[in-house]
Amino acid sequence: MSEPILELRGINKSFGPVHVLHDIDLVVNPGEVTALVGDNGAGKSTLVKCIAGIHPTDSGEVLFNGQPVQIRGPRDAADLGIEVVYQDLALADNLDIVQNMFLGRERTKAGLLDETDMEQAARKTLASLSVRTVKSVRTQVSSLSGGQRQTVAIAKAVLWNSKVVLLDEPTAALGVAQTRQVLDLVRRLAEQGLGVVLISHNMNDVFEVADRIACLYLGRMAAVVSSKEVTHGQVVELITAGRSGDLGIARPEAATI
Amino acid sequence: MSSEEASMTKTTESTEQEAPQGAISDFGIDTTSQSTGEAIRDYWARVRGGELGSLPALLGLVVLLIVFSALSDTFFTLGNLANLLQQGASITIIAMGLVFVLLLGEIDLSAGTASGVTASVMALHLIHNGNLLGGMGDTVFYVFCGLLVLAIVLAVVMKIWAGAALSAVALVIAAVGIPANAWLEMLLAVCVGAAIGCITGFLVAKVGIPSFVVTLALFLVWGGVVLQLIGQGGTLGLRDDTIFNVANGNLNFVGSWALFVIAVGGYAAVVLTRHFSRLRRGLVAQPTTLVLTKIGALAVLAAIITYALSLNRAPSNLVVIEGVPYVVPLVLVLLVIGTFVLDRTSYGRHVYAVGGNKEAARRAGINVERIRMSVFVIASSAAAIGAIVYSSKVGSVDPNAGGGNTLLLSVGAAVIGGTSLFGGKGRLRDAVIGGAVLAIIQNGMGLLKQPAAVVFIVTGLVLLLAASVDALSRRRAATAAR
Ligand SMILES: Nc1ncnc2c1ncn2[C@@H]1O[C@H](COP(=O)(O)OP(=O)(O)OP(=O)(O)O)[C@@H](O)[C@H]1O
Ligand SMILES: [Mg+2]
Repeated sequence: MSEPILELRGINKSFGPVHVLHDIDLVVNPGEVTALVGDNGAGKSTLVKCIAGIHPTDSGEVLFNGQPVQIRGPRDAADLGIEVVYQDLALADNLDIVQNMFLGRERTKAGLLDETDMEQAARKTLASLSVRTVKSVRTQVSSLSGGQRQTVAIAKAVLWNSKVVLLDEPTAALGVAQTRQVLDLVRRLAEQGLGVVLISHNMNDVFEVADRIACLYLGRMAAVVSSKEVTHGQVVELITAGRSGDLGIARPEAATI
Repeated sequence: MSSEEASMTKTTESTEQEAPQGAISDFGIDTTSQSTGEAIRDYWARVRGGELGSLPALLGLVVLLIVFSALSDTFFTLGNLANLLQQGASITIIAMGLVFVLLLGEIDLSAGTASGVTASVMALHLIHNGNLLGGMGDTVFYVFCGLLVLAIVLAVVMKIWAGAALSAVALVIAAVGIPANAWLEMLLAVCVGAAIGCITGFLVAKVGIPSFVVTLALFLVWGGVVLQLIGQGGTLGLRDDTIFNVANGNLNFVGSWALFVIAVGGYAAVVLTRHFSRLRRGLVAQPTTLVLTKIGALAVLAAIITYALSLNRAPSNLVVIEGVPYVVPLVLVLLVIGTFVLDRTSYGRHVYAVGGNKEAARRAGINVERIRMSVFVIASSAAAIGAIVYSSKVGSVDPNAGGGNTLLLSVGAAVIGGTSLFGGKGRLRDAVIGGAVLAIIQNGMGLLKQPAAVVFIVTGLVLLLAASVDALSRRRAATAAR
């Protein structure tokens, strides 16, 4: 088995008195889809934001390609090749699709924005995601539907030659066909050798695309299991009770936030 | 069910294989070149959707021109129109700087009195022949230098190099005591403005005090500083031809037409290069005829104005007043540079992004604090240029410089032109159009011998109207979406 591309060791994170993440260990392998599941408020988004450099962690180590790294901000994460689709999408309403996709990493020529180049690249990426209903890539994001926004956010993440892609509930607002597209894309990214982390509440989706499933329970990593070796029921138990048979936390009732 | 799924997968595969072609069919509007009719319909649809831009202000401008021309004999005369340009220039320039601040959804209430400070420093330097120490008195001078050092430090901490450099230049000019020179004084004013902006910006962006409170406090502080520098009841006369000419001088005949050639030629060059580069790469572009018509219309309008302004407009036969006023190229240059920065550089893009969604900008790796601080530096520097113009117009600096309505009219100009107070929406030309509207109202009502009371009330109502248009068009845009 190949060496992990991203590895978290003992990550802790508190918001003031609220201890949200407890000693999280997680390994993301290249060429694999790791599903991250857990109930509402389990800490999935927080974990993703810690990896992305949005939230500083209180303690713990992050290894990228086996090397310890310090991710101090979103720039650092992007420089390492970590791309994130946030649950709340993080798009600027007053900018158009192209401007959003290249935000913070604009292509320039002689110090000036190279609009035509960015527009062409954006269109290519969006076309590969089959965004049919958007008439123009120069449409302002404020006038897009929820699903279209989500697709733009995903396109923004796959536009770059990244090594790790984290998707926080990317299909939550999508229709049937669009969900299909995204799940296919998730598989395709993994086949291209990227490490993919997919957060989802939909067990069918999870079992369809994930190689491994990491279950968060009240901010603790209850278990990381191979999706071939567990059933839906076991994963649901891990999510809701933190424990299933001999999988999971020893005494989940002792776990507190 | 399973057959349906299979067919779905098939579509996916086929789109993927022909991705490049798919791109063309998927974004119809982007690739089919538009006809003139379509382009106009497209524009109209956007206007109806609430993207009004500066359209209401432009309409207002035309209406005001017609109304005042009908009511007053003197309004639509060459002399008055040139005068109008010179009267409106300072407010317009300050408003252009404020657009940057408003784009972030912030406000700078101190821009007016801060401009007064820069004007006072400029005047003191001129009057005391470069000896600011003598002009200000020991204590004030050392505090002044201390603040400049503070501004440098803050700018360096936030990596705003331009702000640091300008503040440093101000410090050098103040400390070295170079003899008076009009250009040096004007440079000093702009540099002091930048330094003031560094302090304001740091308090807002890094310390995190709401800009309303910071600039309200500084509005009072700078007002007091102006009073301290000039002295109660005093007036600093600006007896210098160069400074006097900024707002009162005119380009000569050759200069006027050279400006015409440069402005129209430059505009045409930029627009056409962009247009044909888009056509070449198969991206959507407006129809060539429409682009050419726009350029042609602008050229004709500019030619008429240049011709009119190069006629003698002196009220008596004793003097000759002709040529395009200097404030016109000044405002144009600032407008072009500013628009270029906002539209064509990453910095400008980031300003819009922070104004639209601060958190999204942060997650995109944009240094939000730095952007927030920088706009105050720009606003105060622009305010200093505005201060040079209004001081030049009256030929002196008094304790009320930059006080009174200066700030409110500037904010008003930006808002009337279509800049949103909610952030994220606005352009520099809004400030110019809004500035023109206000200048016409003030000038026209003055010619009609209306008392100050009426002028204030009308100006206020126009501002209110503009703000309502902004709010309503936002509502409209919100309902049009989704
Ligand atoms: N900025 C914040 N400040 C304080 N508490 C926070 C903050 N962000 C998240 N939390 C808390 O951290 C916990 C985990 O939140 P998180 O958003 O990571 O959950 P999640 O697993 O993504 O849930 P969901 O499935 O609903 O998206 C919650 O209890 C939440 O209240
Ligand atoms: Mg979440």
